[in-house]
Amino acid sequence: MQKVRVKQMMPPGHVRTPFYLRGKCGTIERSLGAFPNPEDLAYGLKAPALPLHRVRFTMAEVWGSDAENPDDTLDAEIYEHWLEPAD
Amino acid sequence: MPHDHHDHLSPSGHPYRADDDTPLSYWQTMEIAVRELLIDKGITTAADVAQQIDTMDARSPANGARVVARAWTDPDFHARLMQDASAASREMGFDIGPLHLIAVENTAKVHNVIVCTLCSCYPRNLLGLPPDWYKSRAYRSRTVREPRRVLSEFGVHLPDEVQVRVHDSTADMRYIVIPARPAGTEDLDEDALAGLVTRDSMIGTGLARDP
Repeated sequence: MQKVRVKQMMPPGHVRTPFYLRGKCGTIERSLGAFPNPEDLAYGLKAPALPLHRVRFTMAEVWGSDAENPDDTLDAEIYEHWLEPAD
Repeated sequence: MPHDHHDHLSPSGHPYRADDDTPLSYWQTMEIAVRELLIDKGITTAADVAQQIDTMDARSPANGARVVARAWTDPDFHARLMQDASAASREMGFDIGPLHLIAVENTAKVHNVIVCTLCSCYPRNLLGLPPDWYKSRAYRSRTVREPRRVLSEFGVHLPDEVQVRVHDSTADMRYIVIPARPAGTEDLDEDALAGLVTRDSMIGTGLARDP
């Protein structure tokens, strides 16, 4: 499975990448196809369809030593422009 | 005097709820204005609006329960559901509109639970409106942080060897949990099985009922 990192970006405006996942590494669980970019849709702008992926993170990666159970996982849908390769 | 609620308690001992005698908010006013304009301009009608509300109110967790029961009893349907839960739901005759649905399955080794940390995304077009707690800040923030503790507060106590998978509905997908089929249900038909599937079991905060 492809390893990715969520970009550590802080753009203004409406985004659907949760703050708590920024900078975290996970693997692409499945790819979902392309969907209109919510960052444009939110403002009534023409919204190009962008690839959307389900990314799986371990709780250890998300919460570090505070994780309730490090091997539990968290899946979230992240648009491709928020992802970068992680090796 | 009968209407002098100076102690703020009803005869049954519950507090009276305050009347909502507050001015409309900006967005409430905006909604009414836009709705009236759409009706005035002939783009929609009051009957259409009422019809949409009725359609949404008619959706209920019973729809999802039927999908789950079919998946428990029909291996081919189960395979199609796991591949494309929207198509499988439509195949059963449910009008789910543009809903993009993903089914995730509980097993002896995996327990799934659904949350939307950003707002309140929920498969409304199949299951109807979400419970109020699903939209609460406590559920949304704690389920990604301490899912086992949240589940235990719902009465779901998971052993360490069961992996918890939290699904945060952050974008276009919506999720339904296929709960594990309870033991001792081999002789039940699809209708009886559907009666064991609770709303919470399809969110992951509950288990299917024992027969």
